[in-house]
Amino acid sequence: MTKTNFNIPLSGDRSMPIEGFDTSLHLKHAADQAKARGFDRFPIIDVDSHHYETESFSEILEYLDDPVLQQLAKTASASRHGAFGMLPGNIGYQDMGGRVARYPLRQLEKTGPEAHRDITLTKRWMDALAVDIAILFPTPMLNLGLHPQIEIEVALSRAYNRWLTEKILPNDPRLRSMLYLPFNDPQATYEMAKEFAGKPGVLGFMVTATRNRAVHNDAYMKTYAFLEEAGLPLGFHASYNWNDQTMAMMNKFLSVHALGFAISNMVHLTNWVINALPVRFPKLKVIWIESGLAWIPFLMQRLDHEYYMRKSEVPSLTRPPSDYMREMFYTSQPMERPNDIRELEQTFRMINAPTQLMYSSDYPHWDFDVPSVIYDLPFLSEEDKRAILGGNAARVFNIDIKEKLAKSI
Amino acid sequence: MTEVFVAKTGEMASGDRRIVSHAGVEVGVFYWEDTYYAYSNICLHQGGPACEGLLMHQVQDVLRPDRSFKQQKFSETEINFVCPWHGYEYDLKTGRVVADPARRLKSFPVHIRDGNVHVDIN
Repeated sequence: MTKTNFNIPLSGDRSMPIEGFDTSLHLKHAADQAKARGFDRFPIIDVDSHHYETESFSEILEYLDDPVLQQLAKTASASRHGAFGMLPGNIGYQDMGGRVARYPLRQLEKTGPEAHRDITLTKRWMDALAVDIAILFPTPMLNLGLHPQIEIEVALSRAYNRWLTEKILPNDPRLRSMLYLPFNDPQATYEMAKEFAGKPGVLGFMVTATRNRAVHNDAYMKTYAFLEEAGLPLGFHASYNWNDQTMAMMNKFLSVHALGFAISNMVHLTNWVINALPVRFPKLKVIWIESGLAWIPFLMQRLDHEYYMRKSEVPSLTRPPSDYMREMFYTSQPMERPNDIRELEQTFRMINAPTQLMYSSDYPHWDFDVPSVIYDLPFLSEEDKRAILGGNAARVFNIDIKEKLAKSI
Repeated sequence: MTEVFVAKTGEMASGDRRIVSHAGVEVGVFYWEDTYYAYSNICLHQGGPACEGLLMHQVQDVLRPDRSFKQQKFSETEINFVCPWHGYEYDLKTGRVVADPARRLKSFPVHIRDGNVHVDIN
């Protein structure tokens, strides 16, 4: 049920009563930017955005096959006011003490009966940002790979994938996803990919990067081979884990968020390239999601430096690691904006951004990027801007988009 | 320069703000401790509605005499408004970006005349 008001606690014993929230109003300036820049002239595909699947958790639990697990989950969720009994908890302050007010106010937003609330809310921000097609990922489930009960990750991710492909994606062609793979169970990962490949709206599969599993384990080879054969991209979606021993040395959310999202993907990418998976699966499209961009030049230089000295450890690689990395794909958000724009230009050059970079908003999360973040870059041509904002994703995911789908607001 | 009506005097309590616009220019007018402040409502970061977010006092570290960390506190005098998109904080009294004081929002003059508050928008 939608709440009708919320009182945001402020500094100095003050508070701010709020009686409503409207995504379209919240993002009106993004819509103004879209009009001013003519975003109606070309498609925009958002390769990393989110919904809050826990808002539909009672629906998702209906898709659990195991009746005992289902009963357990329903009870735990009901008594804890949400999904918290089922999902691994994560310390965090995404809303910055309410400063990013859409977090607490989201619950006030009104939607009608014409569509699932998830669809209505998603399309509101998509229209404001002039996004035609969005790839949706979950939010709390990004940490499901840390669940100590592997069978829970398998069961819950399958229930989520079923819910998503039966209740959400078939009801609006603008919404797509790369489905969650329960990577802690390699056999279940393979079976999940086989079961859901080809379902409406499924553009590929996604591994949440906060987990302690090596991507080069032989048990995953048949999944990679299947995805390569099917032409379905594999994405690694970063996050942070404050309970990780390295992260636990840091005392600020800023620190953990800044490093956690980069390190989780740096570890997996290093294993991916050093174990010659690009050589073994040359046609498998791999996407590194939500780690920003600044880490890529660092890792390229670091791995290349050691490669030339320690070639005997990587006999299957015929080229330096950075060469393979330049053939991988990256999503743009959260795109670091250095004071010296030449630093960003150098990063774009090093990763072959005009063909390998794909715009992502990460909306509604606290550090989302509007499309103008890409469009306003002074060193990109109009052709390159359009490629990054939509053309590259259309090619990578084989999306046939002939007309603008976003509605001007 | 166009004079745009904001509110009647006494209508805004300390901490209130109004968003007014003229010819496509949006301005946020704040009333805080007997003074009006007016700034562009376009955040310098990604263009969010900078003046529509929360008013929060500046957070400060409190160190002990030996320079070890004791706690944090809210300033009693420094107050910021926060862009609701990403949390960019602006000093309410200057419009400067708290994290980068070299940058500031465009400010607009506020006048009180005949019991009405107006802001000049050019």
